[in-house]
Amino acid sequence: MFRNQYDTDVTTWSPAGRLFQVEYAMEAVKQGAAAVGLRSASHVVLATVNKAASDLSSYQKKVFKIDDHIGVAIAGLTADGRVLSRYLRNECINHAFVYESPLPVSRLVVRLADKAQLKRQHISGLTLIILQEQVCTQRSWKRPYGVGLLVAGLDETGAHLYYNCPSGNYFEYQAFAIGSRSQAAKTFLERRFESFNNYSRDELIKDAIFAIKETLQGEKLTSAICTLAVVGKDEAFHLIDQKIIEELIDSMEIKEDAPADQAPVTDEDGSTGAAPMDI
Amino acid sequence: MALRRDWVYENNGGTCVAIAGSDYCVIAADTRLSVGYSIYTREFSKICNLADKCVLATSGFQGDMKALQKNLAARHLIYQHQHNKQMSCPAMAQLLSNTLYYKRFFPYYTFNILGGLDSNGKGCVFTYDAVGSYERVGYSAQGTGAGLIIPVLDNQLKSPSPLLLPAKDAVTPLSEAEAVDLVKDVFASATERDIYTGDKVEIVVINASGIRQELMELRKD
Repeated sequence: MFRNQYDTDVTTWSPAGRLFQVEYAMEAVKQGAAAVGLRSASHVVLATVNKAASDLSSYQKKVFKIDDHIGVAIAGLTADGRVLSRYLRNECINHAFVYESPLPVSRLVVRLADKAQLKRQHISGLTLIILQEQVCTQRSWKRPYGVGLLVAGLDETGAHLYYNCPSGNYFEYQAFAIGSRSQAAKTFLERRFESFNNYSRDELIKDAIFAIKETLQGEKLTSAICTLAVVGKDEAFHLIDQKIIEELIDSMEIKEDAPADQAPVTDEDGSTGAAPMDI
Repeated sequence: MALRRDWVYENNGGTCVAIAGSDYCVIAADTRLSVGYSIYTREFSKICNLADKCVLATSGFQGDMKALQKNLAARHLIYQHQHNKQMSCPAMAQLLSNTLYYKRFFPYYTFNILGGLDSNGKGCVFTYDAVGSYERVGYSAQGTGAGLIIPVLDNQLKSPSPLLLPAKDAVTPLSEAEAVDLVKDVFASATERDIYTGDKVEIVVINASGIRQELMELRKD
């Protein structure tokens, strides 16, 4: 992507019909640390790579519980992700207050997409309520959200995994990966996704860890570098304990040849091997 | 006596009681919902579990009761998202007071008792009026049967009674089982004389191991 004269404002079209600012926002997602999501008929699993800005700091939180039945994993500007999580939580609480039932996942992602992309041009009293801050593509003084969200949730129609991108588009997936080096995870998932619907909860979790491993590409897979969360039919959304992740990784590595021995020697940065600008 | 046509409230009757102990709290409320001289239902719960260590019992107008409970439950969810932990009982007590006063000029017609464990694991009971004036006490009763029950509690739970000058938040030296028995006795007596109290009493006990619930039958007349 090259700098050009059409990329200053989000409200400027290029002659080729592109909004460069929106595309640059999507670049921000590609630079973030990886996040993957997998769905079966009854469960959805989210996994993220914990990148710390430096060895001295802790890693950024990338998985957020939105409600008992919905959680999100983000990649990109985590600050934007936090703001959006707050918005999503509020939407769920308000819906439950009025309708005494959980907000269906498909409705939540639509609201999120609308927030990222304003549909209405003029401001009237009514639409003002719908226009929240981030009306990215139609106000020149605003910028798009620099974060992609994997929304995992369960509702009456079953288990769902959506990807919301800064452009305001969203799609439903059986499995998906976003962030840096996510192509490796996508390739891995493409080979296996057809059987995901029938997977048990534990198989789904194992494959999520495998997918994360693919994005690490040589770095040692430890429980410290991986955050895992699951939501299921009779299971509220929650993060999985580090100890359990540790056990799963150990049981997986016993089957493979242990690459674990070599890792501390080849790593030049230190244990996490985090690149400075990755989020 | 004609009803005012702008009277938007209704008293659905019922009684709530709570007793704080050194490491437990007992909250109880009857399950009868009435209006006038009629009964709407015999199986209505006036108790709401707001948090791990915090339970609200409300008597008065059931519409406002429900709205208030939902409001507090939603606020608690927000708190949990922001602070990553459950609200403590004293924090919830302040929140309830503020919520009630917020509608000072169109009040929630509710008479509340909040019970639970404070951050030291000691039992605490907070008692409210309709617009949010509250106080931490060792025991309390609210609702139509309160006038029959409070004098008995004053007499039986000597140490936390305001009649003998103790510390403000003294709790009763009774054991959990004794307190539950006292609550059962007190409800049985109130049922005899108060027409709005009866059917069943729902007793909730909070202690270090969690919240447990018990139902006891009362006179149905």
